[in-house]
Amino acid sequence: MINRSAAEMAASLADGSLTSVELTKAHLDRIALVDSKVKAFLHVDTEGALAQAEAVDKKRQAGEKLSPLAGIPLALKDVLVQKGIPTTCGSKMLEGWRPPYDSTVVARLKANDIVILGKTNMDEFAMGSSTENSAYGPTHNPWDLTRIPGGSGGGSSAALAAFEAPLAIGTDTGGSIRQPAAVTGTVGVKPTYGGVSRYGLIAFSSSLDQAGPCARTVLDAAYLHEAIGGHDPMDSTSINAPVPSVVAAAKNGNVKGMKIGVIKELQGDGYQPGVLKRFNESLEILASLGAEIVEVSCKHFDYALAAYYLIAPSECSSNLARFDAMRYGMRVGSGSAEEVMNATRQAGFGREVKRRIILGTYALSSGYYDAYYGSAQKVRTLISQDFASAFEKADVLVSPTAPTTAFKIGEKANDPIAMYLNDIATIPTNLAGIAGMSLPSGLADEDQLPTGFQIMAPAMKDDRMYQVGSALEAALLSKWGKPILANTPKLEP
Amino acid sequence: MDCERRWPDPKVIRAQRRALGKVTFMSNISRDDVANLAKLARIDMSDAELDHLASELDVILNAVARVQEVAGADVPPTSHPLPLRNIFREDQVKESLTPEEALSGAPAQEEQRFKVPRILGEE
Repeated sequence: MINRSAAEMAASLADGSLTSVELTKAHLDRIALVDSKVKAFLHVDTEGALAQAEAVDKKRQAGEKLSPLAGIPLALKDVLVQKGIPTTCGSKMLEGWRPPYDSTVVARLKANDIVILGKTNMDEFAMGSSTENSAYGPTHNPWDLTRIPGGSGGGSSAALAAFEAPLAIGTDTGGSIRQPAAVTGTVGVKPTYGGVSRYGLIAFSSSLDQAGPCARTVLDAAYLHEAIGGHDPMDSTSINAPVPSVVAAAKNGNVKGMKIGVIKELQGDGYQPGVLKRFNESLEILASLGAEIVEVSCKHFDYALAAYYLIAPSECSSNLARFDAMRYGMRVGSGSAEEVMNATRQAGFGREVKRRIILGTYALSSGYYDAYYGSAQKVRTLISQDFASAFEKADVLVSPTAPTTAFKIGEKANDPIAMYLNDIATIPTNLAGIAGMSLPSGLADEDQLPTGFQIMAPAMKDDRMYQVGSALEAALLSKWGKPILANTPKLEP
Repeated sequence: MDCERRWPDPKVIRAQRRALGKVTFMSNISRDDVANLAKLARIDMSDAELDHLASELDVILNAVARVQEVAGADVPPTSHPLPLRNIFREDQVKESLTPEEALSGAPAQEEQRFKVPRILGEE
């Protein structure tokens, strides 16, 4: 039962052949069985999940009208606060902290009767591409436990690939939903910036952070997207417009006559041949389904990574100033407030977080501001302009999601630049605030590990990528004869 | 396709590094600079961390400095993806956190207040 899609599970719940309590217990059992190997979860809320499941079963028995995903279990990235549930953001700084309120994403999950199984592992404060920066140890990729599951949301994607949950929530600042999806053979969507509320999302880089759905199918992601999306008065950057009709688009899945733009700059030498081979095959499939493939050039994308690694650390150095040992979180040391602050931030933050705070402090300091942060903001304009002209030639843009398949745990831990290069294809989307999706395109010939296909759509046209994604997904499924995750090794003892 | 090749291939990494491009603005960040930044950021870093970070930041800054190649005076900066102005909610009295809830994560508290270490120096 746990291998099915969320939509299939929902159908069984609706026809009475399955209860949410049974479904939730099956997933809790699975977590108990395999999570000591995968380490996707930082906290499992057995009691809370079963209480939620019982409540939704009662509502269903009483004949209440329920949301499409009512009763379906979900894994929540530990960057989103949930009232009374330990929320660490992967950091020692927040160890043992229980938030006094729900984030808007959590409030909407609860309003939709989606059962929250627990909190998933992540790179500390969402800074990383491998989950190795978690203060609580790395998550392991279910495809090969010696490899990374991507990051920062590696826990959420690994939970999906290990069948510990059929749905998950991630957040994406430079690729933290899409790159983990790519390397675990799952689906991940970064909605348009402002499409999902950031209220209660522990801030890393506020002008880039965006929560979104993670799932095993495009349709499941669409249902979850509609459940969490939409305007929120508690987030002043939330877009006051209806959520794009992504479920209808995922059900449509017709690409006849659509123009699909291949970004010249997001392929070539820096990409693993097996990744490119699967990418080109997917293009051929979309062409055979009636889409028109065009090549577009976004010449400033070569500067995107550099701009991102100035903008994100700058914003993070400001956002993380809130961890001051005064109102919540860790407090160590003695003496004056400043001495306590200095000692606490030294003890509470990990290596990558400190590195980015210092980098951001430097980029924002007087004398360097114009050369670094100011120039990066200009590159951001140029990248948005590149996207705008590319979208004049194409309805959606596509690229490989990540340049390589999952690498070994520890392999890049001491080389920050090699690590940053994982996000080379996902970062432009965040800088421009547009929508992006990753879905599996197959397994690379070299290593038999999953590869991701990225689809990008203009702001608030998220539905287009669901339309293209579901068309490609259906064609690949009929080609393979089984879902990609049927190829994962057995994890149970 | 050579199935024996290990990934990530060093050749791929080298090509990616080339893509990061040539250096236009050589930064030269000293250990003292890092110590000062750590002070500004209120992080009591160890000597070993300061040494390590000075060399790392040099590499990172030289890689990201290339943003200056295209940041001409005629290009307007973008600080945010949405063209928004300040948005205000109605100033209405609503249910909020109780003092107990607001203080629930406090490292120390007294009389329904956050208790913090001495802020002013002893002069």
